[in-house]
Amino acid sequence: MAAGVAAWLPFARAAAIGWMPVANLPMPVAPTNKNKHQDELIILNVSGRRFQTWRNTLDRYPDTLLGSSEKEFFFNEETREYFFDRDPDVFRSILNFYRTGKLHYPRYECISAYDEELAFFGIIPEIISDCCYEEYKDRKRENTERLMDDLEDNKDSKLPNMTFRETMWRAFENPHTSTMALVFYYVTGFFIAISVITNVVETVPCGSTPNQRDIPCGERYTEAFFCMDTACVMIFTVEYLMRLFAAPSRYRFMRSVMSIIDVVAILPYYIGLVMTNNEDVSGAFVTLRVFRVFRIFKFSRHSQGLRILGYTLKSCASELGFLLFSLTMAIIIFATVMFYAEKGSSSSKFTSIPASFWYTIVTMTTLGYGDMVPKTIAGKIFGSICSLSGVLVIALPVPVIVSNFSRIYHQNQRADKRRAQKVQKARLARMRISKSGSSTAFLHSKRNGLNQSLELTLPYYKMKLSPQGSLEEDQQMKKTTSLLESQHHHLLHCLEKTTNHEFVDERLYEQGYLQTALQNFPSRSPSLSSEEGITGTCCSRRTKKNMQPLSATHTHSHTHNLQELSALHIQCGEQQPLNTSRSSLNLMSDESGSLNCKSSGLVTTAIISIPTPPSNNSRASPDAPPPPNPDAPPLPNPGTDVVKISAL
Amino acid sequence: MLRSTLVAVVTLTLYLLDSVEDELELSAVRHRPEGLEQLEAQTRFSRKELQILYRGFKNECPSGVVNEDTFKEIYSQFFPQGDASTYAHFLFNAFDTDHNGSVSFEDFVMGLSILLRGTVQEKLNWAFNLYDINKDGYITKEEMLDIIKSIYDMMGKCTYPILKEETPRQHVEIFFQKMDKNRDGVVTIDEFIDCCQNDENIMRSMQLFENVI
Repeated sequence: MAAGVAAWLPFARAAAIGWMPVANLPMPVAPTNKNKHQDELIILNVSGRRFQTWRNTLDRYPDTLLGSSEKEFFFNEETREYFFDRDPDVFRSILNFYRTGKLHYPRYECISAYDEELAFFGIIPEIISDCCYEEYKDRKRENTERLMDDLEDNKDSKLPNMTFRETMWRAFENPHTSTMALVFYYVTGFFIAISVITNVVETVPCGSTPNQRDIPCGERYTEAFFCMDTACVMIFTVEYLMRLFAAPSRYRFMRSVMSIIDVVAILPYYIGLVMTNNEDVSGAFVTLRVFRVFRIFKFSRHSQGLRILGYTLKSCASELGFLLFSLTMAIIIFATVMFYAEKGSSSSKFTSIPASFWYTIVTMTTLGYGDMVPKTIAGKIFGSICSLSGVLVIALPVPVIVSNFSRIYHQNQRADKRRAQKVQKARLARMRISKSGSSTAFLHSKRNGLNQSLELTLPYYKMKLSPQGSLEEDQQMKKTTSLLESQHHHLLHCLEKTTNHEFVDERLYEQGYLQTALQNFPSRSPSLSSEEGITGTCCSRRTKKNMQPLSATHTHSHTHNLQELSALHIQCGEQQPLNTSRSSLNLMSDESGSLNCKSSGLVTTAIISIPTPPSNNSRASPDAPPPPNPDAPPLPNPGTDVVKISAL
Repeated sequence: MLRSTLVAVVTLTLYLLDSVEDELELSAVRHRPEGLEQLEAQTRFSRKELQILYRGFKNECPSGVVNEDTFKEIYSQFFPQGDASTYAHFLFNAFDTDHNGSVSFEDFVMGLSILLRGTVQEKLNWAFNLYDINKDGYITKEEMLDIIKSIYDMMGKCTYPILKEETPRQHVEIFFQKMDKNRDGVVTIDEFIDCCQNDENIMRSMQLFENVI
């Protein structure tokens, strides 16, 4: 239960009086406060500093140390106070958690000391409220990374049971792990450099023949350059194939950016090999050579900064887009203005608006080539406004991009962004679980039959139907639910009685839903047969007979108690469910083993629901042994009955 | 025209960069309750009980009043599986006796005093007041349907048996069959109290929460 509002539970219970006139069923008995003492102050002595609070405050969170009976271990008889030999500063925030319901993380505290205190007092760190949670997570992440870095430094030798493939992959990813990897790293770097330089030098004019024109080196020393190119491409191909072999997930590797760059770098060569000596496509072939420049991107494997730059650009896509958009807007505006301003002057270069684009761009970026200049006075005025505004428009988004870059750079020093998202998801999942714990707690206690002892009208039925041995279990279980919880459960129980429906958990709800959907019975004897769904325990309030829980299976014969029948009598206008409920005396059915029956915890694989026809004729003897598991024979019922077997 | 464009571009940029807009929260309404002695006189709680109640109240609502949203939020925490907001709305109206949109500690404690320490007559009166949404002295079928639907809403989706569309309506029918003696389609306060006093289930359940505080 949301302990923060524990103080309002009395109000919620009082408000339940509003349901009473509407309800048609009698209400369960309220749990009594056995040890009714007035609210008292208790003293918590933490290493000499005394804190005082109400006992009720601590009782709000019964699953922590201070809220449960665990604190009795620390009770000091002589001084009548609870003594904890822990840090009093951290204890302040822990006690504030009980008081306000929010757990804060003080910034000056060391993260591991804080974690230890939380663990000691039984508080999960996920409850830290949002104002302090980011800080907590950041510090925690730094700490774990620091520890991991220390570990990694010590861990130089490779793990003994890594396969060759894994070793290779590790060598590729971290060149510092072995000398071989380092050698490979430098060799590939060298060849990338060679390849890039070759491409560049190829176009330099070197030496002149007796012809007028200088020919570039590439055409002069064709074979040499070709050999160089081939060698580089060989190396790159071999490297790519080796990486592909070693990758743990080949599909993911092939989709990664680096591998695409690798492929694009070597593909032109192979395409060129295939398409040689064909004059038609030689033009295209020349274009392909441009792609060889992509080899320079292979350097990003060797440089962390380059990778970060690429990542920054990717993550600043929105800012870049904005920059582009505003520039385009300004360019169009100014180009139009300049065109019309210069329209009057003769021999003006501003022949059309697109032609003015060039002028605008050159002016706004303050390049000012001077190949196009305005001649009219109006043109000059607008031209100067254009250059001034250009500075502004470009200068404004740039700091955003720069700050993004620096942030990402710093972030990259620490952890992966992906890991942070996973942690956030995990945290939300944990909080959801602890919140849903309240509703599951209620369902859980229902299954354990605790509510059953709170029936108002049960004088002539046995309370406990399970064998004697589990009686003590029951009592133990009763103790563990605090008074607050039992009151809350009582409230929910009253609501169930008011509406004559029961809470079930998702799984069973879906089963019931499925079964009603499958039902094609006109008389609609539906989910009653799936009623076993929820309360499969021997001690559920439906079962009023002496049942021996079977050892082999956990089938139970269900009957409705007369009280329920009479309630249904009052309530519904339709007679069908009533009859079927009576005839469910015949009903022997299995149920899903997910229910926690005290006697056994076997799991079946099927639910067999045998709906009974409306007319009730035969009464099987209650002691008839139920049929064994999945091959339950259909009961001898006349008429239309459908045996549904729904597998789980 | 150019200058306006320029200004527009610059402001647009600045606006986009300035993502943090501080919104000053209007200072909350503060309310201090009447003195302890007065409340003691007006309600049936003892001094100690009032102290406990006030501490809990103030803890959750430091400003001293509960507005409807906080009320709904608090009440919904007790019913995690369903949607308690509609019923909380009706409850809020029942507690907010002077209809000023907020429940102060006095309203709260007076309501609780009736519910926990009042006579059966008073409790039934209170319940009638809760059901009578427009406070005209009659409970119509529509009002009752709203109330019952809101109660069923609190159960949520995962119930057994599955909640059908017509269940609340049937429930209303049963209620009216029981309560509406002269079959005029509305339930008056006298019919209501009369009928409840004759129903022993209801009588018994009214005593259920005696020992809550």
